[in-house]
Amino acid sequence: MKRDARLQGWLLCTPALAAMALVTAYPILYAVRLSLYRYDLRYAVPPDFTGPGNYFSVLSSGIWWQALWNTFLITTISVFFELVLGFALALLMHKAVFGRRTVRSAVLVPYAIITVVAALAWKFAFDPTTGFVNSVLGVDRAWLNERWSAFGVIILSEIWKTTPFMALLLLAGLSLIPGDVLKAARVDGASAVQRFRLITLPLMKPSILVALLFRTLDAFRIFDSVYVLTRGAHGTESVSVIGYNTLIVRLNLGLGSAVSVLIFLCTLAIALLFIKGFGTPLLRAGR
Amino acid sequence: MELKLPRMNGFLGALGSILAVTYALLPVIWIISLSLKPGRELNDARFFPNTFSLEHYRTVFNDPQFPAALLNSVGIASIATGLSILIAVFAAYAIVRLDFRGKRWIFYSTLAVAMFPPISVVGPLFDLWRTLRLFDTWPGLILPYLSFTLPLAIWTLTAFFREVPWDLERAARVDGATPSQAFRQVILPLVAPGIFASAILVFIFAWNDFLFAASLTSTDRARTVPVAIAFFTGSSQFELPTGSIAAASVVVTIPVIALVLVFQRRIIAGLTAGAVKG
Repeated sequence: MKRDARLQGWLLCTPALAAMALVTAYPILYAVRLSLYRYDLRYAVPPDFTGPGNYFSVLSSGIWWQALWNTFLITTISVFFELVLGFALALLMHKAVFGRRTVRSAVLVPYAIITVVAALAWKFAFDPTTGFVNSVLGVDRAWLNERWSAFGVIILSEIWKTTPFMALLLLAGLSLIPGDVLKAARVDGASAVQRFRLITLPLMKPSILVALLFRTLDAFRIFDSVYVLTRGAHGTESVSVIGYNTLIVRLNLGLGSAVSVLIFLCTLAIALLFIKGFGTPLLRAGR
Repeated sequence: MELKLPRMNGFLGALGSILAVTYALLPVIWIISLSLKPGRELNDARFFPNTFSLEHYRTVFNDPQFPAALLNSVGIASIATGLSILIAVFAAYAIVRLDFRGKRWIFYSTLAVAMFPPISVVGPLFDLWRTLRLFDTWPGLILPYLSFTLPLAIWTLTAFFREVPWDLERAARVDGATPSQAFRQVILPLVAPGIFASAILVFIFAWNDFLFAASLTSTDRARTVPVAIAFFTGSSQFELPTGSIAAASVVVTIPVIALVLVFQRRIIAGLTAGAVKG
């Protein structure tokens, strides 16, 4: 019986495991192989083994390090604001009397909208000819033609789109906190700030960590908004944009694969950092 | 339980709610009003249109690019969703109903795939798809969507399946129902809402993708909506066809938002349960 269940279980899970491996595990190994070759589709020469040559080229180029720095900035700033705003939104959805259902519906709108569409909406809003932002603020500025203001729009677009997701994850965490505990603390004279800091926050640690991990990894691979808003111009490239430009625009599969593998390693490092740094609640929370 | 919690100050709560709704809807209302502005008013820098016109909607549907992309997107996202949900139903059923060793590893592999950066496999897939003749075809996009949505599908379905009172099936059998009757009349109605909500989430994921679609397609044969909108070229190369882009954006946004709002409660349940209890 036990053996039977085990066999059945694995049989039922095989299609899923096979499909996931086919499009992730196999291609990443293939990318590692490609990254060791000089392989440029623009020239009709067969791939030529160069060993770690492509990695040296990427790691010694200023473009890669700038893109990594850009991605790091976009990730930390947007995830920070998403956490703060998401928490506020979660508390609002949890407690507000008025319009709670309306808010819950409304926050799903950014989640459901295509990222490219959202980025274009922001692009048109900040555009000096079609946009309303300049006339509202009374300034005359080409936001997307300058590095830092372009970053601002990219980050704004990212925050707008993903804060609701963060808020919903935190809301789920909030609703797991037993109301009695908060009430008891209130009776014992704990202030609102104390209740938040000493009860709500510690109890929500697992939810916060899960939300942070997923959003950090997701922000790290940012591509759509950057591509639509600036195409990486004015020093706003993210690592994914570099990868796309090398692989698909310039058709340099060898060099591009080295970029891909490096991005994969960064992702792995972030995930391990979270799991090592914050312990296992991440893995437990997932189950 | 929620009722016992101290309520937020009425005024602050109302203000917060209004702010939150404005925040969520601002870009959507902006793109709708942009799509309704007649061509000569596009550059008036006002938030709302002065006069309404449907000219951009006519342009978008008369251009061959957009309807083709719409068909590709609907087809590819629906097929990928159907397959992903089918495969995920097996896995989720096994996770919830069967007790077997190594179950953990299934969870770990979904976690790994969910964290996986798609850009890392774009190059190899591009190279493989060219040799396998999958480049610029529907299956060429369905495959990556299917695999990358499996974690989401498995987590949400697992969460929904945990809530299903499976013993009812046995009870129906005891009462004389055949296995297929028990499944169709007892189990199916119980699991259908969860499957449907998971399907919407998976569909949104596939519908939203830009990176794979931009990398693995090149013509109207398989180009999806996000790519068509991002690469839209108007009559002149140097002018962004703002009105057409806005109209196309509205056309692809409103149905999905409507779907999400109608099934709001289940979708929130799926999203949060999938992530927290998985």
